[in-house]
Amino acid sequence: MTSEEIKNLILEIIEDIDDEADFESLNPDEPLRDQLDLDSMDFLDIVMELRKRHQLQIPEEDYPNLATLNSCAVYLEPLLRNA
Amino acid sequence: MPVPFTQTKETYDIIVVGSGLGGLTTANRLAYCGHKVLLLEHHHRLGGLATWFKRRGHIFDISLHGFPYGMVKTCKKYWNKEIMQSIVQLKNIVFDNPQFSLQTTFDREDFTHILETVFKIPVATVNRFFTVVSGMNFYDDQTMTTRELFEEFFPGRSDIHRFLMEPITYANGSTLEDPAITYGIVFSNFMNKGVFTFEGGTDKLIGMMADELERNGVTICTNVKVDKIIVEKGKVRGIEAHGKTIGSKAVVSNSGITNTIYNLTERNAFSEEFLEKAAAIRINNSSCQVYMGIKEGEGINDVGDLLFTSTAAEFDSTELLDRETKSKTFSIYYPKTRPGLNRYTIVASMNSRYEDWAELEEDRYQEEKRSLIARSLRDLDRYLPGVAQKIDWTEAATPKTFNRYTLHTSGTSFGTKFEGLDVSRSIFKEVAGLFHVGSVGIIMSGWLGAINYGVIVSNDVDSYLRS
Ligand SMILES: Cc1cc2nc3c(=O)[nH]c(=O)nc-3n(C[C@H](O)[C@H](O)[C@H](O)COP(=O)(O)OP(=O)(O)OC[C@H]3O[C@@H](n4cnc5c(N)ncnc54)[C@H](O)[C@@H]3O)c2cc1C
Repeated sequence: MTSEEIKNLILEIIEDIDDEADFESLNPDEPLRDQLDLDSMDFLDIVMELRKRHQLQIPEEDYPNLATLNSCAVYLEPLLRNA
Repeated sequence: MPVPFTQTKETYDIIVVGSGLGGLTTANRLAYCGHKVLLLEHHHRLGGLATWFKRRGHIFDISLHGFPYGMVKTCKKYWNKEIMQSIVQLKNIVFDNPQFSLQTTFDREDFTHILETVFKIPVATVNRFFTVVSGMNFYDDQTMTTRELFEEFFPGRSDIHRFLMEPITYANGSTLEDPAITYGIVFSNFMNKGVFTFEGGTDKLIGMMADELERNGVTICTNVKVDKIIVEKGKVRGIEAHGKTIGSKAVVSNSGITNTIYNLTERNAFSEEFLEKAAAIRINNSSCQVYMGIKEGEGINDVGDLLFTSTAAEFDSTELLDRETKSKTFSIYYPKTRPGLNRYTIVASMNSRYEDWAELEEDRYQEEKRSLIARSLRDLDRYLPGVAQKIDWTEAATPKTFNRYTLHTSGTSFGTKFEGLDVSRSIFKEVAGLFHVGSVGIIMSGWLGAINYGVIVSNDVDSYLRS
């Protein structure tokens, strides 16, 4: 997956979690949490969904890497290279 | 629909023991993720403490007094939209005690207003207090107690301490000596938007959850008490119930954490270090309740949805636990609770100690239950004069009742004190494939806490099974 595809994947998962999420003015370098009103339960959902779709195991200590859209792409790119 | 236990298969991916809100949610999430799940419940119906019973046309709810707004998002994400859409606000919360009498919507805005106008606290102090409590996390420092937190912001103001603490003590059994973070997290959840309930009653909620479990393919058996969780070579192999063994890769116990460790699993499955931690777990208190049904065709005035009442001079968590406590909450269920069923019921709830009831001889036990009912009727009369004439059913539940139905150690209503959380969270590191879900650590209890904890544990289980 390319970095762009990974970002789309993340947005798609967030949309499943919250169908009212507004991506219009999303800044990819700002925390998703603040911009989309996500809480720690939502991040757990993202982790679980990534595992379900791509057999990815993300350890708890790595959760901070999922903070912004861009940091998601950077962290996930090597893991999803062949996906 | 539950299936007979004789029809279960020989193995499943996961067996969930117990169908409280934590167990139900774990079963649902894991089945939704594609695992084969068997759910076993000892009682004849699902729900655990989220339950109800019927008498003479009345339906009495046990634990539907109120939950925080967070349930809306949680039910939408982890159950379904229909369940979410039945959540409605309870707008009229009443406090009545020798220190103050007032009505509130129980949210930050109204509390700020009351603290400012009734208790004469500068709004800047109130705002600072709210900022501190709403910023609390479960991994923050636990050394500060709730008493110290209150003393810092409202020194010597036992009236304010009561206003802030009494509802939370009823909600989860915590006291002024518990870590301030447990207070901050639960209190802030409520302050977000107020107190909410489930329109249609607990029976409707559990029915909708059972339908969702079925859609996701969970196999459900009721009237099955699991006797043993089988562990071999440090790994879970399955369970034993009614003399039958069923295999599984993982077992999620929604039985109490102490039950899970001491009664369901063999001691030698755990390390000494873990057992030491488990031995330090303090069990939370239990409850007494009195259920009162208003005759068909009769009605009562609207005096509020949830009444925190007391004739004790000051708030004192020990007084709240006394068998003859002067403090109780009344939940009043008007016809709006179950639209279409034109009935009124009232449930008085008190915190209570198991020992105070378990040690009574049968005759004395029945006599104490009768006086509990009489005291509740007398106290209710202050708000609804002459109400006893309209009541055609009264019944009491004690810690023994809660113990009988849930099997929980000492009939605990709200699981364990804070230290239980760590033991519950780390049990799968002791025995591969063994997980615990259910009220622990004060913050993981209540309807919202139990459901959210179910989601957290599902994530652990899913991760284990896919690794
Ligand atoms: C009187 C009272 C009032 C309450 N009011 C409220 C309220 O207004 N709002 C709120 O949010 N919360 C309230 N609560 C708390 C809330 O009900 C609980 O925190 C929550 O429902 C607990 O869910 P749980 O997952 O821990 O499981 P529980 O509800 O404790 O259920 C555990 C289940 O496991 C089953 N089980 C145990 N052992 C076995 C075994 N060996 N084999 C098979 N099954 C087994 C039991 O039968 C039970 O069904 C109240 C609690 C009480 C007691």
